[in-house]
Amino acid sequence: MSTLQTSVTVEAPRADAPSLWSRLRVNRNWLGMWFMLPAAAFLVLFLAYPLGLGIWMSFTDERIGRPGIFIGAENYQWLWDDSIFWLSVFNTLLYTLIASAIKFAVGLYLALLLNRHMPFKALIRSIVLIPFIVPTVLSAIAFWWIYDAQFSIISWSLIRLGIIEHNINFLGDGNWARASVIFANIWRGVPFVAITLLAGLQTVSPSLYEAATLDGASNWQRFRYITYPLLTPIIAVVMTFSVLFTFTDFQLIWALTRGGPVNATHLMATLSYQRGIISGRLGEGAAIATAMIPFLLAAIAISWFGMQRRKWQQGSNND
Amino acid sequence: MTDSALQSKAPAIVQSDESEGMSYLESLPRRLVTLYLPLGIILFILLFPFYWMALTAIKPDEQLIDMNTYNPFWVVHPTFKHIYRLLFETQYPRWLWNTMYVAIGATTLSIVASVLAAYAIVRLRFKGAETVGVLIFFAYLVPPSILFIPLASVIQAYGLFDSPLSLILVYPTLLIPFSTWLLMGYFKTIPYELEECALIDGASRWQILVKIVVPLAIPGLISAFIFSFTLCWNEFIYALTFLQSTPNKTVPVAIVNEFVDGDVYKWGSLMAGALVGSLPLVILYAFFVEHYVSAMTGAVKE
Repeated sequence: MSTLQTSVTVEAPRADAPSLWSRLRVNRNWLGMWFMLPAAAFLVLFLAYPLGLGIWMSFTDERIGRPGIFIGAENYQWLWDDSIFWLSVFNTLLYTLIASAIKFAVGLYLALLLNRHMPFKALIRSIVLIPFIVPTVLSAIAFWWIYDAQFSIISWSLIRLGIIEHNINFLGDGNWARASVIFANIWRGVPFVAITLLAGLQTVSPSLYEAATLDGASNWQRFRYITYPLLTPIIAVVMTFSVLFTFTDFQLIWALTRGGPVNATHLMATLSYQRGIISGRLGEGAAIATAMIPFLLAAIAISWFGMQRRKWQQGSNND
Repeated sequence: MTDSALQSKAPAIVQSDESEGMSYLESLPRRLVTLYLPLGIILFILLFPFYWMALTAIKPDEQLIDMNTYNPFWVVHPTFKHIYRLLFETQYPRWLWNTMYVAIGATTLSIVASVLAAYAIVRLRFKGAETVGVLIFFAYLVPPSILFIPLASVIQAYGLFDSPLSLILVYPTLLIPFSTWLLMGYFKTIPYELEECALIDGASRWQILVKIVVPLAIPGLISAFIFSFTLCWNEFIYALTFLQSTPNKTVPVAIVNEFVDGDVYKWGSLMAGALVGSLPLVILYAFFVEHYVSAMTGAVKE
């Protein structure tokens, strides 16, 4: 009898106000939360939490197999006086600046070429993207063999052509090694820049060029006053991604030189791995990784301004 | 911005492909110099490492290091010795299987999570949906290079160290932001009226998602799947940090660590390993070029 009574009292409010259960199922805020839950769980557990943990670890002296204690900014003070760290910062900036600038120039040029009318256009476009498909490490291994000190095909060809006398020690000499890894990075990055810019180019109406030609515009003027302004927003976004991924590059360097010779190609990411995982000083490695964050924030800020100006076609507002 | 790209790409392609535009104004010699020559040089540079990789993989050892008797740009008596050794005398098949297992597992998890998240952000429009969308975009910009050290200790704490499962759980952080943005673009192109009809007919949100939205967004799902799969295959730093024992490694990590001995003849097997490791992706790419390109451009343009 009493059970019946309670069930009635529970039933009663459902008539006027929706019960908690039905609210959980129908209310769009609750539904939104359920739908977001899996993605949010991954991103919080394995992205946001490690990001915070990394910053915390950079203030401890944690080592592999031993929990750390808080030591304030000691890691950073140590890095401040560490010439290898500053060398890696210099290398990273040099690598990023040169590689990104050339990737942009060659990528834009290639996009303009691919946008022209020619036979087998679709086939050529798909071939261009292959370096981007193949895993970086595997193509880096091919470059390693191309750059080999003894059996380099480049050295062999240049000697045969009579341009040089001796083999070039591509990965053994500091500046040659820098140039070699930058070239390999450009090689892999150009297809990405070219194909994304090509997608932007295809949205530019050909009638604009025809009108400009009738008005007597030269090739350069058509590029400067039609193509470039219409492409600016997508250039901003693509180059931000390119700069970001070049700045934090790890695998290409690790496969080719592991930071050598004599730290000449150490980037901040590879130095962080070297100190954090191989030497086991997790705190110091985390401090090097954290030191990359201000640079990344600067790049993201630029991306943000690029996105503000990105009503680049049809004045669309589909956000 | 994927949807606008999709909408606008079709007419743009029609315009640029169906008509020759102003290209008839150019003479053939001029086109040779301004178009075919530079394009040829760039294509040669882009493809040469693959030619070299494939050539080395089938070259007998003595031709590899004797560049004067034999022309290094060609192979006289091709051999499958390197590839045979790779497949039957090393743990390469095991590494391939690991990579495949991790890539498929992580991609599937990410796609499921991304479909739900993208649908919630675009169509449920719950309170704060726009903020969540922007946050997910920022998650896309957090690189693995600054996360691998803390993640290593997180993985250690969960007891997943040296297990491919750790990669299956961690890779979605790289894939979800990208796939969510891509799918948001696709979901926006699906007419809202379809969902309204279904709602009036008494369908729940879940039914709408599974029976209406997902089937209509299949091209987007394929794009997201293929691109994510490629990203997993390419990932290196997490796999290098989390996996210690040889049989558990993925192909990129194993190639860098297991084949590198002082042997001067290592190049044949190294190149064979790189070639065999690249082929699955290149084949997949050949079948789905259009999806791949739309995934890449869509993700960048949002």
